[in-house]
Order: sequence, then C-alpha cells, then structure tokens
Amino acid sequence: MRPDITYAEAVREALDYCLGQNENVFVVGEGVPDPKRIFNTTAGLLEKYGPQRIMDMPLSENALTGVCIGSGLLGMRPIMVHQRTDFAYLALDQIINNAAKWNYMFNGQGEVPIVIRMMIGRGWGQGPQHSSSPQALFSHIPGLKVVMPTRPHDAKGMLIQAIEDNGPVIFLEHRWLHHMKEAVPEGPYREPLGKARIVRTGDSLTLAAFSYSVIEATKIADTFKRHEVEIEVIDMRSTSPMDHQTVVASVRKTGRLMVLDTSWITCGVAAELVSRVSEEAFNELKSPPARVALPDVHTPTSPTLSQEFYPTPEAIGKKILNLLEIKPSSTKGQKILSGLITEGPLDVPFLDFKGPF
Amino acid sequence: MSNLITEQVKLYYEMLRIRLVEEVLAERYLEEEMRCPMHLCIGQEAVPVGVCSALKTSDMVFGNHRAHGYYLAKGGDLNRMIAEIYGKSDGCCGGRGGSMHLIDLRVNFMGSTPIVAGTVPLGLGTALASQLKGKDQVTVVFFGDGCFEEGVVHESFNYAALMGLPVIFVCENNEYSVYTHLKSRQPKRSMSKIAEAHGWEVDSGNGNDLNQVAEISRQAVSRVKSDGRPQFLEFDTYRWLEHCGPNDDDHLGYRSSDQVASWKKKCPVQYMENQLLSEKTITQKDLDSYRNSIMDEIELSFKFAQESSFPSPDTLYRFSNSDPF
Repeated sequence: MRPDITYAEAVREALDYCLGQNENVFVVGEGVPDPKRIFNTTAGLLEKYGPQRIMDMPLSENALTGVCIGSGLLGMRPIMVHQRTDFAYLALDQIINNAAKWNYMFNGQGEVPIVIRMMIGRGWGQGPQHSSSPQALFSHIPGLKVVMPTRPHDAKGMLIQAIEDNGPVIFLEHRWLHHMKEAVPEGPYREPLGKARIVRTGDSLTLAAFSYSVIEATKIADTFKRHEVEIEVIDMRSTSPMDHQTVVASVRKTGRLMVLDTSWITCGVAAELVSRVSEEAFNELKSPPARVALPDVHTPTSPTLSQEFYPTPEAIGKKILNLLEIKPSSTKGQKILSGLITEGPLDVPFLDFKGPF
Repeated sequence: MSNLITEQVKLYYEMLRIRLVEEVLAERYLEEEMRCPMHLCIGQEAVPVGVCSALKTSDMVFGNHRAHGYYLAKGGDLNRMIAEIYGKSDGCCGGRGGSMHLIDLRVNFMGSTPIVAGTVPLGLGTALASQLKGKDQVTVVFFGDGCFEEGVVHESFNYAALMGLPVIFVCENNEYSVYTHLKSRQPKRSMSKIAEAHGWEVDSGNGNDLNQVAEISRQAVSRVKSDGRPQFLEFDTYRWLEHCGPNDDDHLGYRSSDQVASWKKKCPVQYMENQLLSEKTITQKDLDSYRNSIMDEIELSFKFAQESSFPSPDTLYRFSNSDPF
C-alpha cells in the first residue's frame, strides 16, 4: 500500500494518465510548464510529454479558450488551466457563447471536449479578485458540466472522467484542498460527474456541502457526533449536473436540511439545491431548509475582515443547533459550540502555510 | 476553352449564384416564413468566391453573421441552408441555428456565428490542431472591419504569429458596422499595418474584382505554407442592403446616395460579367442559361425547404450535455 498522496498529486496523476492514453490530450495555461507547475499539479509532465503537449500561453485567456474549443472540434482534448477562477472571466465569451452552445446550436455536429481547471483562492489576503468561487455562474449555463471534487480520490477519478467527457467541463479546485492527503489507487479509475457522495451517515440533519465546505461540514459533524447528534454529511461533488436526488433521499430520513457553499449566498448553488429538495420533499421537512454561504460582499484582504467574511464552524454550528431546536445556551449546546472553536489564524489552509499564493 | 477560362466562368457562375440566392431570399423574406434575423451579402460576393477558389475541400473556413456567401462559396449545401433559414429539421442545424448559425462539415465549413469575433480564435484552434497533427490544411476566418476592434482579434494576431499558425484572416472592409462609419470607430490608420506589426504577412486589394481576390488568395495560401506565417488579407467592398434584413435603407441617410450609387457601379457580378462578355469568353445566351439554371436550382431548394418538416418538439433536449432539470 503506497503512502497517501495530496489532492494536487492526484490531479497530476490524472493528467499523466490521460496524456499517456491519448495523444490528442494537451494541457495549456499561464504557467503550466513554469517552475511552480501550477501548485505542482503539472510536475514532471513537461519533461515526459514535451512542450507541444504541455504548453504555456500568452496572457490571452479569451483567445486561448477559443483555440482550445477550435482544436476540440478537430478531436483534440485540451485541458486549460487558470491559476485563479477570476482569470477565467476574461474568457466568458468563449466559454458561454461557444463552448457551452456549440454542439447544441449545431445540432450535434460540434462536440467540444475541453476541460477548464480553475483554482478557488482563499486566505492570506487573496482579496476580492483572487478568491471567487464561480460554480453558480457556470452551472446556470446549459451545456457546461461543473464539478468541484473535495477529496484527492475524487479529484483523480473525476478529472479522468472529465477529460474523457465529450463536452466542456469546468473543474473547480479549491486551493485549501490541494495539500490534503488521502489513500488514492495508483492506477486509473473514474468517478462519475454529477453524482453526490455520502461522507457521514446520520439521522438528525442532512448537511450537504460543496468543495472545501465539505471539510468544514465533516469536522462539524464529527463534533456533533461526540455529543450524540448524528449529522448526515453529503459531498455534492458537482453542481452541474446537481445530484439533488441523493439529498432528497437523505432529507426523507432526517427531515432537516442545511446546505454549505463556498460562494456568495444570493443566487448561489445552495439556493438551487434547497429549491429542488423543497419541491420534492416538502412534506418531509420538519423545519425550513437553511443555507450558509458567503455574505454578499467581496472578499476583503485584511485578516480581521476576512475572518468576519468566511463563516466559521462555530457560526455554522449555531445555525445547526437552531435547526435541531437545541438551545445554544444549554449545556449540550455550549459543549458542542466550544468544540467547534478554531484556534490560530483563519487565513491559512494549514498552520505551516507561509504564503504568498 | 482553356482551363483558366473555364475556371473564370465557374467562379463567375458561383458569384452569380450567391447573388441570385440572396435576391430571392430578400424577396421571399416578406412572406414571413423565414423567422430569423438575416444578414445578406449582396454587393460583397467576390470575396467569398475569390478566397474559397484558392482553398481545397480539406481547408477549413469559419464565418460570421453574414455567412451565406462563405457557406455557398465553400461548397455548402444550398437546400440545407434554405431549410435552415426556414427553421426546418432538414436544415444544416436541424432548425436550431437559422441564418446566423450555418455549418457544413462535408466541405469543412466549420461554423458561422453572430457574436462578432467569436469564431476568430476558433480558427486558430483548428489551425493549431492541423499543425500539431502535421496536416496540410489551412484555416480561413472571414470577418468585417468592425470585428477588427474586438480585443480577442488582437490576442489572436499575437498568438497566431507566435505559433506560426496556418491561418488566413480575410477582412472585408465595407466601412460600416450597422450604421456606424469606420471613422467613428477607428483612428485614421491602416488595419493591415497593425496585422503586420503583430508579425503577420499582409496583402490587400479590390474586394469587388474577383480575379484580383482569387489571385491574392492563391498567393496567401502559398505563403502560409512556404513561409510558415499567418496571412492577413484586407479587401474593400460594400454592402448594398441594410445590415440585417431584406430591404435597402438608403432612406435613412446614414450613407450618402452618391456613395451607394458609386459602389453599385462597381458591382462585382456586373464587373466580371462585362469582362467575360467583352473578351467573348461567354455570350449573352450563356448568361441567360446560367441565370435560368441557377433560378431553377433555387426554386427547387425553396421547395425542399417548404416541404421539409419542422423539428419535433421532443428533440429540444438533444445534445444538451448538461442534464437539464
């Protein structure tokens, strides 16, 4: 059994496998072959596959997205990479008007098998233009698949599946997941796009979460479990397609729903999930469904402000106590909340992080 | 007749065909059965025919909103174009695209879409793919003077020059972007010089002289291959009718009647017709027979379109890729 690998290494393994399998696959992005290798997710690939397949690019996101789409029309399978989601906005014309629409508007005569990887920034003062989380934006557009794997195992399996998918896939990688380690099979395997996964079972509340918020949800559920409250945690893994059926089945059991998201609350994916579950399991709900997401302001840079900006496990825990009708001031409530308090700086993914990116 | 002359007549025929198709479309648009915006290329027919005469079937072409000419010049199926404009299932996009979204992959007409500059980087993509695969193919992207102002065009100039892509941009400068004249949109300087500054090889000419367009295009295709550098071609031409729709809009006065009249005197179809007649390459009788032959073909294509069925509503979700709710 080999040692655990990080999410970043898992992404790298998926890329390596697909590049080896199919000569039509290539990777392109600002800094893809540079010394930092996109947080090590492309380490070793330039040396193995050469500069015609592991490509840097000028600062022309819109044009290069079009280049990827055009090459896709001739059967190539490009993987584009943006070190921050925010850079991708320069390419919205190509992503929305072409990638998402081409095969539909040309009646199946133009498949666009591209993957666009983008990183969601957080912490260390990333600030307003280096920290957005655009799953809602892209999921609103028909024709795009949008996925946000949380764990290394899913990162590898879903990236292989995404590269093999014949349509455009937006692949969102949260920066605070890149260093996380897990046992991951050495060979290739696929994980489905558009299918959620149950992380913890429980019968008192369904806690559905996206991307990094699954880590928070899991820690919160583990704390509640120590006080005999069993929360069912669901890692949604994708926002388009969105697997509300798994959440509906869970809510039929628990009667309560909270959804955690990594982006702003208004018009976010949590709203979509809550709508779908309410429509299908309204009579099973014992309390109104709840969402916890970012406030509708932009990410501030200073640590005291960003601490206020990102919901803490304690704040989420308080909301869960309300849903479960456990008074926060009660002994049980107090014990749970004190178990959720996080020590140390909140603007780093792990304590040894020294910045800058 | 020598091959060269036969070739000339063939190109004239293609130009006349586009002209007549556009005229019939304009006439029948008033029947209100072609329910989509339509941008006709009357007056601009020499550019598509001249450029495509230098291309092989395996070469690829991308178009824009005013694409009927490029589509037909590349060899696109007339029946499927008319059916598409009628919104029928036998249309080239099964009725999903209309006039503004045409495709015919049998002849590598890769697609035309109406977001100005949208297809420009796609042309770089197919050029890159053919380069990586070692294929002897050229990609042509057609656009107008307005498109030159879009940022992605300059990103594309930069990248194509950097990579030495086998791509040819053909800019039809008809001076107008809808109602807005070039002088309100660009400073007084040459577009070709900018392409050159980006590292491209450039050429330009009279877009209403089909022979000139054809010769310039032939040389550009040859240079792409021999020099390994992308090519920018700028042709002056003029749109006779309104930007979008079947009518002329001279009454709006945004273009002087003198200007319109002077360009109509330089009609590309008439110009070549006069040339061929005066050289006695063809006779008036030949012209009449071409015209009749083309009108018959057009009549049949409209019949095909009208007899074709509309797409069934249950095909709405086909090729949607993302699992609609």
